[in-house]
Amino acid sequence: MFSNYLSSIEGISVFPVVSLLIFFLVFILMVIWIFRIDKSYVKQMENLPFDMEDENRKL
Amino acid sequence: MMQIETFKYDNKIVKYFTIATVLWSVVGMLVGLTIAIQLYAPALNFGIPYLTYGRLRPLHTNAVIFAFVGNGIFMGVYYSLQRLLKARMFSDFLSNLHFWSWQLIIVCAAITLPLGITTSKEYAELEWPIDILITLVWVVFAINLFGTIVKRREKHLYVAIWFYIATIVTVAVLHIVNSIELPVTFFKSYSAYAGVQDALVQWWYGHNAVAFFLTTPYLGLMYYFLPKAANRPIYSYRLSIIHFWALIFLYIWAGPHHLLYSALPDWAQSLGTVFSIMLIAPSWGGMINGLLTLRGAWDKLREDVVLKFMVVAITAYGMSTFEGPMLSLKNVNALAHFTDWIIAHVHIGALGWNGFLTFGILYWLVPRLWNTTLYSKKQANFHFWIGFLGIVFYASSMYWSALVQTLMWKQFTPAGLLQYPNFLETVLQIIPMYVIRSIGGLLYFIGVLVMVYNLIKTAKQGKFVADEEAQAPPMVIAPIKYKKGLGHRWIESRPLQFTLLAAVAILIGGIVEMIPTFLVKTNIPTIASVKPYTPLELQGRDLYIREGCVGCHSQLIRPFRSEVERYGEYSKAGEYVYDHPFLWGSKRTGPDLMREGKKYPNVWHYYHMNDPRLMSPGSIMPPFAWLSENVLDISTTAKKISVLRKLGVPYPDGFENIANNELRKQADTIALDLTNAGVVVDPDKEIIAIIAYLQRLGTDIKAKKQ
Repeated sequence: MFSNYLSSIEGISVFPVVSLLIFFLVFILMVIWIFRIDKSYVKQMENLPFDMEDENRKL
Repeated sequence: MMQIETFKYDNKIVKYFTIATVLWSVVGMLVGLTIAIQLYAPALNFGIPYLTYGRLRPLHTNAVIFAFVGNGIFMGVYYSLQRLLKARMFSDFLSNLHFWSWQLIIVCAAITLPLGITTSKEYAELEWPIDILITLVWVVFAINLFGTIVKRREKHLYVAIWFYIATIVTVAVLHIVNSIELPVTFFKSYSAYAGVQDALVQWWYGHNAVAFFLTTPYLGLMYYFLPKAANRPIYSYRLSIIHFWALIFLYIWAGPHHLLYSALPDWAQSLGTVFSIMLIAPSWGGMINGLLTLRGAWDKLREDVVLKFMVVAITAYGMSTFEGPMLSLKNVNALAHFTDWIIAHVHIGALGWNGFLTFGILYWLVPRLWNTTLYSKKQANFHFWIGFLGIVFYASSMYWSALVQTLMWKQFTPAGLLQYPNFLETVLQIIPMYVIRSIGGLLYFIGVLVMVYNLIKTAKQGKFVADEEAQAPPMVIAPIKYKKGLGHRWIESRPLQFTLLAAVAILIGGIVEMIPTFLVKTNIPTIASVKPYTPLELQGRDLYIREGCVGCHSQLIRPFRSEVERYGEYSKAGEYVYDHPFLWGSKRTGPDLMREGKKYPNVWHYYHMNDPRLMSPGSIMPPFAWLSENVLDISTTAKKISVLRKLGVPYPDGFENIANNELRKQADTIALDLTNAGVVVDPDKEIIAIIAYLQRLGTDIKAKKQ
């Protein structure tokens, strides 16, 4: 069937493995980022849509 | 004490885009309603080519996606971006240029698509001059957006802006890669890719157009307008980071799920499926983030119609993004593909997610722009309920129709024969569902009309504020000290690095998916008996494209017993190598045509094209009588042959000079055959070319067998 067409490409089987690795790396990096965020910073960010700069933006 | 700067937000451009959003929503949905009714009343095209289903369907999809949702995006972006960045848009001139050229593109689409000027690639139908215009306008939008970011007064970019940036970058990449085509004339081009390759590029585009035009910008709008409407911050800012990065990273990989059981290699299909399943996580993360924003404040829903619309929109987003991955499972896809299930799926997204979120934003925004309150809450509530009911009617009838038809397609008798060998039988069975669908569409449309009235009344009772004054201190250059490490905030205050990272995230998936796309061409076993189209067939094929036949007829027989039994030998990748563009289709409102060639005599096709119901009583195909009247334009033949040769179709050198002689010879043969069967037609008519093309379909393989 169609599935055989690409089997002739050298090293094609590495593609899915590379994809998986890239995804995991990105995901883990992201989780690390998120756990390192400061709480007061989160508060500032989530209030950006509101005009409450005096209370929240500690400039 | 820091100096406070006074400046003005540009509300005029927001007003323009608001009006355009409302106007095009009416147009797009009216066309949609028309073609929904045409499906059970084909006479509704009044015998006019420009009003025929095949030509109006792309008009409907383009109008809803690029005109309604497109203007909705710009409306929301131009409003929220200025406020989130505490700055007026970078350039009023660019804002206006953006607005007017985008409307020009829409008008061009509304003119060219009914005229049959189309590339036939779904959601990318517009021909090459318009493609170039789209690219230019997108650049204008990008300069304006990034320019505003540069002169911002707020250091940190809110999550909504990340989504806008990802949208700009990705749509640019998608549009350019999928639109690579070689012009024949000002109104006609051939896709640079052929067959399987073209299909892969197209559905990589098609999938991600849904992702980065209908989803990410609207998520950005959700992250801004939902907290504004609910007057409370988003449930979790941390979750929004995960939502953003996981979503843009994963989305781009999932395209191959549109091509399950096709000529795509198995591992790529599986990759598409796996990433589609993983997509549930960030999508639902986003949905939960939206819904939980209302935690402890659900009682507001009783009063606030804006929130009602938004909550249903976000729920529809959740349903759609759960259904999508389910549809990408091969066993589910085997049932759902080519049926109305897909129509139901996209309309949950379009009517529920995009439509309702836009309406919610409009009801929130218009009173603010005109500095007043909503004219009638009652009417808005009526709009909500009738729209909601419309969606329910629409979706349930389409799911039912899909289940009935797909099971009929696959039903065998105990003796091992197809229970419903006549495709038409399965169509007649679902006509009542088509009627109910159009009623659902009508209800939804009535709701929109009520909204238009309500919004106009609102605007009239208020006073528009073109330049809204605001105050903010200039941006601080010195870094703000926080207790903990660098974290995500480093990237959030650096738009350039942020954009690069987002581009990398989408490109990885794109590239890994595209490499096989470009390799596959050289790896398709050529089938010796598959030859390029003759000049007449080529012209016929372009008529097939012009009439939008691909909107209802697939040319892809999947390797299932039920399909091979019904249509013939399943499709091979090598059969499509000369197809610029590919014409696999995505919906079988009529039967597959892959092996249509030589199934019926020429005269059958002649009568069938003129009046389908003459040959197939009850058929819902519109008549194409003008094909027998129009004279085929053969002035383009030589140029078409030359262009296709440049793209790799092996026409011998100098063939373009004799192509029209060959064309006339073949046309004479068909005309003679028709005359012998009792029909006198001039050989120079369009019908002859389209018959030649239909009779060629799939016969290269049949010929080999003999």
